[in-house]
Amino acid sequence: MATVLQPPQAEFEQDPPRQRAGGGGGGFRNLAPNGGPVRLVNDPSTSSTPTGIWVGLAAIAMSFAALTSALYVREGSGYADWTHISLPPVLWFNTAALVLSSITLERARLRVAAYMRGEENRRSLAMLWLNASMLLGLIFVVGQYFAWLQLRSQGLYLPTNPNSSFFYVLTGVHVIHVLGGLGGLSRVMLKFRSTTHGLRRSTMDATSYYWHFMGVLWIYLLFILWLKL
Amino acid sequence: MSEMSVHAGPHAAPTSFIRKYVFSLDHKVIGLQYYGLALAAVVAGMVLSWIMRVHLVWPNAPIPGLGWLSKVGAPGGVVTPEYYLQLLTMHGTLMVFFVLTNAPFAAFGNYFLPIQIGAEDMAFPRFNMVSFWTTFVAFCILLSAFFVGDGPPLSGWTGYAPLSAVGADAGPGQGIGQSLWGISILVFCIASLLGSLNFIATTLDLRTKGMTLSRMPIVTWAWFITSCISLLAFAVLLPACLLLILDRVAGTSFFIPAGLNVADHIQPHQGGSPLLWQHLFWFFGHPEVYIAILPAIGIVSHILICNMRRDMLSHRVIIYCMMAIGFLSYMVWGHHMFLSGMNPFSALVFSFPTLMITIPATIMTLIWLGSLYGSNLRINSASLFCLGFISMFVSGGVSGFFLAQPSIDIYLHATYFVVGHFHMVMGVAAIMGVFAGTYFWFPKMTGRMMNETLGKWHFYLTLIGTYAIFMPFHYLGLAGNVRRYSAFQDDFLVPLIPVHKFITYAALFTGAAQLIFMVNLVHSRFKGSAAPPNPWECTSLEWSTPSSPPPFDNFGGQHPVVHHDPYQYGVKSSTGDYVMQTSPEQTEVAS
Repeated sequence: MATVLQPPQAEFEQDPPRQRAGGGGGGFRNLAPNGGPVRLVNDPSTSSTPTGIWVGLAAIAMSFAALTSALYVREGSGYADWTHISLPPVLWFNTAALVLSSITLERARLRVAAYMRGEENRRSLAMLWLNASMLLGLIFVVGQYFAWLQLRSQGLYLPTNPNSSFFYVLTGVHVIHVLGGLGGLSRVMLKFRSTTHGLRRSTMDATSYYWHFMGVLWIYLLFILWLKL
Repeated sequence: MSEMSVHAGPHAAPTSFIRKYVFSLDHKVIGLQYYGLALAAVVAGMVLSWIMRVHLVWPNAPIPGLGWLSKVGAPGGVVTPEYYLQLLTMHGTLMVFFVLTNAPFAAFGNYFLPIQIGAEDMAFPRFNMVSFWTTFVAFCILLSAFFVGDGPPLSGWTGYAPLSAVGADAGPGQGIGQSLWGISILVFCIASLLGSLNFIATTLDLRTKGMTLSRMPIVTWAWFITSCISLLAFAVLLPACLLLILDRVAGTSFFIPAGLNVADHIQPHQGGSPLLWQHLFWFFGHPEVYIAILPAIGIVSHILICNMRRDMLSHRVIIYCMMAIGFLSYMVWGHHMFLSGMNPFSALVFSFPTLMITIPATIMTLIWLGSLYGSNLRINSASLFCLGFISMFVSGGVSGFFLAQPSIDIYLHATYFVVGHFHMVMGVAAIMGVFAGTYFWFPKMTGRMMNETLGKWHFYLTLIGTYAIFMPFHYLGLAGNVRRYSAFQDDFLVPLIPVHKFITYAALFTGAAQLIFMVNLVHSRFKGSAAPPNPWECTSLEWSTPSSPPPFDNFGGQHPVVHHDPYQYGVKSSTGDYVMQTSPEQTEVAS
């Protein structure tokens, strides 16, 4: 049952709420430039996507901090089964692909922004960089699969020893997150190409923050793997 | 009206039954869904505790229906020692994860946080819906452990390795049951992370005009701080569960040491560290205590201020104390491991911040008591449960001083003293906060008032009952009564059985008293008297909505503008002794 009541004497505004997002004066607001004379966006509102992404990245960072801490504790548990393994060489190639994908995505972000501002008329140039980023991301994922195959060929499986266990877990969980990033990138590309669903600048920015973070996270993981395994 | 005045809100108003009540994007419906889930979980958890209490004092008594649930665990309805541990595990898991995390934080937070900051919904309504249904899936996975294999796991809600990691050799329920437990908690972690992310983004981004951070009510702050704690805590439990599951199903050795002999079977693992699980688990586990209690602290402070008709001595200090507790909660996990075999010097390191946590907790308590002193408190069911909360928080918290010291903990560890401590300070106190919130916000959630007479009876019986249950636990612990025993046959324990009988009677009595609440809840929902717009004369934004319950976009297409701090009581104004946050009226302090 809904009792309809008279609202108390109070001040209300009629403007669209999300324009005033964080309007309390202390709001975090959109970290990325938004709005503006955009071609594909008619919605002038701010978005919580960048905030959500930063918060999500904090949680992901915490999870990997826990996993790498576990690696240190496990190594220090005193049992003599911690035997060094040589990292599959393909990892260096994969790292290059992921770093390169960050660069191409940054180029794509600039091109998308230029297209939205009307400074650039060709959508295809931005799409080219987006496609390149997607391709490099896929190469990274396939490359990681080859790294697992290389380890398997050495007889190193998930339960073989703690080193191989941590290798598979850390790289596997990271790849799952990279696949999430590729999903986000696909969404950006679909929206950018769509004539009915506009791409918001904040979506593009948030996806790129996530993607760059995946690159930084991978370099951190690679350093730990190189140092401890 | 200009074109700009027509706004669509974050999502369109639902029309179909499914979108309105089942897969709803409305934060209020999702809040009620969390509340309903917590209610189902608390009933299940309480029934389990009754079975355990009855078994403890009448070990050979058949319990009707239990034999049907598990022919092996309870042949003829008589609980076996193993099944006692299985019931204990499920009781703890249900209560900690699905009641104490869901009810004060996810349920009330979902319903009222967006309204209190003047938003139409959460920042990510779809994530919000996914959070709830993921939690529901986790709940179903957990309960399914009762009906498969040889029942639920017996390793406790903490799932200590290697017991939880080695598989079926470790006993009944340690096969499929323990795997389901691990998957359930892993899924619950994902849901909690999504929920926390939503709370944080909503609070930071969707505050209405004039709603600065310092103008947010205490309870909004409590949910916000809790979501920050929850985000970082569940982000650690999630990978821990992943490693546990891999140890169980993939043959890894993260937590299982070499040469472990279980049931005359040398486990095919090597070199794992059981302490690693404890570190990871308690890094989550201690903040979890505050995930349960901080929202209750916020709810109670919010309600007390309204009923005292004046602000706390300093409500900002309470917010700072909650922040301090949240920060310190990450530095104290080792106090759960004083006797785990970790380096004894570490115990001192963890003892120090544990004792430091008592400082903000004590400051808050003194502020509550100092503010209550001399106040003309309005006595109603909600304010009574607030007083009950303070009482339980203090009574349960004081025993924490003892347990925080490693030398005393050597004696009290794993006794009923610990059980009494955490049930009072974390369990009953948080539930008192939930009851207070229910009586306080029920008019807003349903448009009807709850019955006050039944509410007061419910309070007095619950307060007496819970003290009767948990105070003797401390005595039992001091007498050396070890927890987790399913029967008391040792010479030094047999004389304590009368105390246990008293506790069992008290538990059954207190449980029965909750029927008063259930009757009140259901009856008031349909037959309660119509609620006025602002029955408690409270100032915060949830009482400025145009109807009760609020419309789907909370403020009926309008957006409140905030002019005041949240607690403008004891003033001279046109409405009486208070000024709504949305009122532009300037006031003077009443003499």
